Order: sequence, then C-alpha cells, then structure tokens
Amino acid sequence: MTTASNTSADPASKVPEAEQPNQFNVQIANGEASSAFAQKRLFQLRPKDKGNNPRGPWKTAFSRLLRDKLAVASFVFLAAIVLSTASATYYADHISQTDPFQSNLDGQIEINGDPAEIMAADSEGLGLGVTPIGPTWTGQYLLGADAQGRDVAARLLYGGQNSLIVAFASTALCLVLAGVIGTVSGFLGGIVDTILSRLLDIIWAFPIYLLAISLSIVLISTGLQIGPFHIPSNSLLLPITIIGVVYVPYVARPIRGQVLTLAKSDFVLASVCLGMPTARILVRDILPNVVTTLIVFAPIMMSLSILTESSLSFLSIGVQPPAASWGTIIQDGQGLLYTRPLVAIAPGLAIIITVLCLNFLGDGVKDAFDPKAKLRVGKG
Amino acid sequence: MLHHTVCRAIAMALLLTSATVGVARAEDKPKIGGTLRLAAASAAGTIDPHISYETGFYWPIFYVLNDGLVTFRKAAGEPSNDIVPDLASDMPKISEDGKTYTFKLRKGVKFSNGQEVTLRDVVASFERLFKVGNPNSSLWYSVIKGGDKCVETPPTCSLAEGVVANEADGTVTFNLTQPDADFLYKLAVPFGSILPADTQPSDLGTTPPAATGPYMITSYDPQRGMELKRNPEFKVWNEDAQPDGYVDEIKYSFGVKPEDAVTAIQNDQMDWMYDSPPADRLKEISSESADQIYINPSFAMYAAEMNTNIAPFNNKDVRQALNFAVNRRAAINIYGGPRLADANCQVLPVDFPGYKGYCPYSKNPGEKWGGPDMEKAKALMERSGQIGQKVTVTVGDAGVDPQTGTYLVSVLNDLGLQATLKVISANIQWTYAQNSNNNVQITLNTLWQDYAAPADFLQVLFNCSSFHPGSDASPNISGYCNNAVDAKMEQAMKAALTDVAASHEMWSAVDHDITDDAPWATLYSPKLLYFVSKRLKNFTYSNQARMVFSKVWLD
Repeated sequence: MTTASNTSADPASKVPEAEQPNQFNVQIANGEASSAFAQKRLFQLRPKDKGNNPRGPWKTAFSRLLRDKLAVASFVFLAAIVLSTASATYYADHISQTDPFQSNLDGQIEINGDPAEIMAADSEGLGLGVTPIGPTWTGQYLLGADAQGRDVAARLLYGGQNSLIVAFASTALCLVLAGVIGTVSGFLGGIVDTILSRLLDIIWAFPIYLLAISLSIVLISTGLQIGPFHIPSNSLLLPITIIGVVYVPYVARPIRGQVLTLAKSDFVLASVCLGMPTARILVRDILPNVVTTLIVFAPIMMSLSILTESSLSFLSIGVQPPAASWGTIIQDGQGLLYTRPLVAIAPGLAIIITVLCLNFLGDGVKDAFDPKAKLRVGKG
Repeated sequence: MLHHTVCRAIAMALLLTSATVGVARAEDKPKIGGTLRLAAASAAGTIDPHISYETGFYWPIFYVLNDGLVTFRKAAGEPSNDIVPDLASDMPKISEDGKTYTFKLRKGVKFSNGQEVTLRDVVASFERLFKVGNPNSSLWYSVIKGGDKCVETPPTCSLAEGVVANEADGTVTFNLTQPDADFLYKLAVPFGSILPADTQPSDLGTTPPAATGPYMITSYDPQRGMELKRNPEFKVWNEDAQPDGYVDEIKYSFGVKPEDAVTAIQNDQMDWMYDSPPADRLKEISSESADQIYINPSFAMYAAEMNTNIAPFNNKDVRQALNFAVNRRAAINIYGGPRLADANCQVLPVDFPGYKGYCPYSKNPGEKWGGPDMEKAKALMERSGQIGQKVTVTVGDAGVDPQTGTYLVSVLNDLGLQATLKVISANIQWTYAQNSNNNVQITLNTLWQDYAAPADFLQVLFNCSSFHPGSDASPNISGYCNNAVDAKMEQAMKAALTDVAASHEMWSAVDHDITDDAPWATLYSPKLLYFVSKRLKNFTYSNQARMVFSKVWLD
C-alpha cells in the first residue's frame, strides 16, 4: 500500500488536476505497485508517456485493444451477429418470405421448381410420422422448418434479437445496480455498508440458477409489480430484471472492495481534506476509477446473461411465446432431435459463438484496461 | 424389378395389416410369470376407482383390480363392447318398465383383504359414489331412487330405496326414478366397482382399495410409480369378465419421458408405454420395429374446448370462426400424420354409434371436413366485434398438447385475437380446466369414451347438469347449457329403451345441434398407437379396457 507521505513527497503530486493520477496509475499505486521502486518507476515513466503518447487513458486502452487480434476478431464476429439479428425482419420479409411466428403445418414451397411439403408424411415402414422439411440451403427454409413448420433461419435471427437484447439490457441493469450499490456501500461504510453487504450476501447465498429459476417460476404466472409499474409475464423486461438482479452481488462485491481502497487513496484523502463535497468526490474521483472495472465486467456479464436467458427460456420460464429466443428455439428443437437436429443445433451454435466472442472480447478489454499491461507497455 | 416391387408391396401390405388390426395376433404358447414393465410420463392423481375419471390411463388398471356387478367382456375388438356378468352371477332381471334391475350376487368372491364380497358392500359402494363426489354422480347415478338427495347432501347419502339388498335370496335391486337405457354401462365402468363397505367415505388418494381382480396395488407413489402383484384371494369365476393374469407383477414407472420410453422399449427395458411415441420417433419405429406396433381405432375426440361463459368464446361467432379457421390436417400432422387420425368437426367420433358425418366448418360443408375457410372465419370475427380480445390457451405439458396449443395460438392470432399459450403440468390440467373458477378460456383435451353409447359423449360432456361451477369434477368444460338440446337428449334416452336405431337418429341430431353451437373446435378422432417390447405377447386391445393387462404374457 502506498503511503500518503510517499506520494506527497513526490514532485508528481504537484501536477495540475488534468494530469492527476488517472484511474490506471491509481490502481497501480494502490493495488499493484506496492514497492517504492514501482511507484518511482511509474512516475518516472509519466513524462515519457506524456511525450510519446499524448492520448488519454481511454485512447490508450482502445489502441491496446485494437492490437489484440483475438479481441478484434471477436468484436467483428459479434458485430456481424448483431447486424444479422437486426436484419431479421428484412430476412423474413424478403428472403424466407414467411412469418416465423405463424404455424405453417400444411404449406408448400418450391425447390428448384418442384413443390415440396413443409411437413412431409413419412413413407417408410408403416408410413407413420410427419417430418418438417430439412435445410434447403436456399432462401426459403435455409435451415429447414421446426415442428410448427416455421422457418428456422428466420426464427434464429428473431430469437437472436431477443437473446441479445435481454443480455445487453440485463447486463446494463446489473452493472448500474452493482456500480451504485458497490460505490455507496464502499464509500459511505458504516450502517449503510453493513445493510447493503448483508443484502448482497443473501442473494449470493443462493445458487445463481436456482435463484433465477425460482424467481422466474414465481413471476411467470403473474408478472412483476414494482410500485405502480407492472411487468407482464410475457414481457422481455421480466427476464431482463431477473437476470440483471441475480448477478448484482458478483459485480457489486469487487466494486465495493475497489471503492474501499480508493477511499483511502491519497487523491481522495486530499479531496476530503480540501473539503470537497461527497457527491463531487464520488463523481470526480471514485466513479472514473470504478467505470473501468465495470467495463471490464461488461462482456463477461453479457455472456453469462446470454447463457442464463437461454437456460430460462429452454425451461419455458424465460422469453415467452410467441416471442422467441435462442433458448426457446433449442426447446423447439428438442422434439426433433432424431429427425431434424439442426433446429436445436443452430441456436446452440449461435449461443456458443456469441459467448465465446464475448469472452475473448472480455479478455481483450481486461488486458487493455489492466494496469499490469500498462506497465509492460511502459517498460517496452 | 417388377417382381421385387410386387413382393415389397405384398410384404408392406401384410405389415400394415398386422399393425393396424386392433386385435390379438397369433402368438406363441402362453407363459406365466414375469414382471410387466409399463411407463408413463406422469401419474394421474387419485387411484380411487369411484373418483378417478382417467379413462385411458387408470381405468385399464382398475379393470384388473376391481369388479362391478357387470363388466365389459375382456376380449379384443367388437366383443369388448358387450356387457357380461361379473360379481353378479347372471345378467340382471329388468322389469318391463325398465325401472328395476335385480342382480344375484355371486358367492365366494373375496377381496384381497380376505373379506367376502357381500350385499352390504354393494349398497355401501353406491352410497360411497355420492359421498366421495363421483364426477358423474349427478348425471349418471342420480337416476337411482334417493340419488337426487345424495347429490344435494353427499355426507348423509342413503340409498335405502334405490339399492335394496335382500339377504334371503342374495339379490340386490336397483330402483330407478326413470328408465335408463345406459344403466348397465354405468355399472360396468370402474365407477361401479364394488369396494368393502368399510372403505373410507372420502378420496382414497394414494391408498389402494381392497381388490377383487387378479391383481392388487401394493404401492403407489405418483412421483415414482405403481406396483401391482397377484391378489392371493383371486379365483376365476367368469373368464369373460375377469380372466386371471399371466404375469406375476406389473410395475408402472412414472416420470419416464416418451422419448426415453421408446428407447427403453427398443432395448427391452420396458414393455409398454402409456404415452404416444414422440412424433420424431415415429419414422424410426415404423420402419425398424413395425412388428412391435399396434394401431387401434379408438372412440375418442381431440378437441379445443371453449368456455362458453366468458369472453370471447361466449360469442358463438367467435367459436364458429375458430372452427372454420382451424386446419385439422395441420393438427393431425402434429399428432403423427394422416394414418393416425381422422379429421372431424363434430362431437361423436368417427364410426361411433349415432355418428353421422357432419362438418359445417369446412370450405365445402358436408359430411367430411374439406379444408379451412379463413374468409368465412374472418367475416365471423368481424361480426362478433371481439377482435383484439385477449385469449389464453391453457394446455398440459404432455403429448401433443404444447405443439397443438402453439398452433391454436397462431390461428387465434390470425383471427385478430391476442392469444398466448399457458402450459401447465399435465398432472393437473384436466381438473384445472374443469373448474370454472380458474377461468380457462380454451383448452385442449382428448375425450375418450366410457362406453359405446352416444349419451356417453353428448350427455356427459354437454348436458346442463354436467356443468358444476367451481368444481374440479365438471366434465362439461365448456359450461355449455342449452335447454332445447337437453330436452332432445332426454327424448333420445327414452327412445333407446325401445328402439335403439331411432334413438341413434335422435342422438345424431343432438350431435349436429351441438356442433352448430360450437362449444368445441373438434380437431380429429385419434387412433391409438401402442409400441410394445418384443417379449410382450398376446397383445389384446379392448375398446373399453384398452390393452387388457391380464391377457398379455412375456416371452
């Protein structure tokens, strides 16, 4: 732990506010570079950094992220997935030319000029059973049909929209809640910290999926009433809220720990000594340091949210019909594993690819914002 | 090539014939012993034979556990509709006015607890029907003198005038308030089971009653399974009524998903599954295990039952619109294809007594359904003024219900309603849908015959008296009540006493009237597909008892 005397004795402490230690070197000063050597080395580097790299910490992190090929590739993949799902309506209207939410159990399409039943009666053996059309690898029914005769490819895109919306929104909710709770709890301490920490402990005491499933089962029949606001059971807001809330302790805890450290750091103590209002200290000194941690958490939380949403939807307690998500499509495909396994495999692959990309991107973001990485760069 | 094709065609024809004939195939010599292993996705609640209305699930079990005064012949095919004496030594003497039935009780029959079956048990059993709230007590059994009062005050039910025991000559006489052409049928179903007089006058739940048949339940856990063993007190008294069983034990496992049950049967780990094989396994088993498949005609209807007392289905136009809009071929595709079901628009199943083809809800109205008419449906919706109404389709989570429910939601949305699907446990769906307090708007059920007479469908499911608001035992799920139709039913019942053919004509008219009122959107008459293990022999399909468990043996 760096002491106040160390820092105050350093000429660097006299630099203007705009050049005050930013979140990165503060983290290092407090958490990583505990030795006087590291501290000295850090501030020795600053003028050089300033001279060679006039960009701010955000730009520095961004440029570092751009140098991470795996992260960039993951981002490109993710962007492609997002754009694809955003084009769901166009795909359904102009390419598949079907309503992916409308059953089509008695329809026909043309393949190479020949009519083909979407649900074809089997002719082998006793001639029992009806099998949905398989992948045509053309515009209509590219990946085949599900048990309701609906275009799987079109549903995959619509389902992806919902999965990504739920993941993004629940992650945003989780990070905001965790950020506020962690910051307030860590900075104010005392009874506020005790109460908030115990609340987090209570949520943390439950296995995450058990809690999510329990909440979903309870709320899926009646919806959720929050004061004057009612979230109906078929609204996407319900899984968003549930997933967002159950993961709060997993983010709020580290944030609280970080704020506890920051609260004792030199620059915060200096602000306190100068009589700065608490709100200003929180906004100007604490929050910028916490934001980077939240950013590092974001991709990881999104991947966890996608997995949780898919699991809930697979169990019929997440996204509700007629809306679809990758989880509901896997559930649809469960009854077709023997004849049309692609109905379940396609959304499964979509989940795997998206989660992998988010994890790789998350690693890249973490490295980009990681103070160790900065030191490494500085040494180089 | 031609020769090969012809041979293949002949082989296929033979295969189809053997698979579709709903009677026992010629099998090897009978073998005694072994454990018959049955599988089902879930249990079906109480095993009280006076309460359980699980005609397809538990009744076949009840038929080998308990006996009534009369029963259905345990045989394959058409003879299984016949009524034969069971605990009665002969068929009853019926008075000329049709109001008195006198049975002579068979002597020497014992319950599994060692007690002999007595006249007191017979009287007590019929009083118990009312005391435990039998779902059909008011509809079927209130015709017994004193029955009306028993319906009003079940706990103090006394049938002193209605069921009169004569210890001197060992007879029991049923005095009816009016003739009932179906009365013997009503005594032959499991509701007519004779239980010991000291059986508790409330739902037995998971406690098995003493048995008279070849088997008795030794354990029942709705979460795990049911075990039946031989009843040590059983002796064959009438082979037609209650034959002895070949297998020593029957083990019913619950919680076995249909897809798992198919695999288990393929691997000879199970012998029979209650649920239909999942749609995506049909192709596989029909080509690889054709000799293990039995397709049997069944007197049943698969229908969407609409609540005629709450919006939007309290509007006849909406109900008819759904009937016009629904594509029955699509629903059949979900069930497994055209070889497993016949499209139908009316209440009575195809080929059922009183059935006369009638489908006004077709592109070309006539005797048979010929395709949906969406234009007509949408015009009716416009006229109804119900467009935009919210509808919840409530279905069980087993079989084809979730998929068919999804399809129904799609059709209802197409009609301009805002439909959503609510999937609940199949364990409770049947009773949940019956209770009008749950405000189920529309649900899906397969309705099976109790016995082969039109009143069984039309009166039980559509008579005003079979609608019990707020009760879990209200088989008239639609809450349909039309006094004019009720009057026609009464006339048809009377006619059945003297002229069965004329009665069937009248029932046919009732069927068509109800179809016009459209409390249901009937989808199809399903056929029953049974997939059995290779070692299961002498499969015998009765129209009443389905697979006769006591008739099969294991290789």
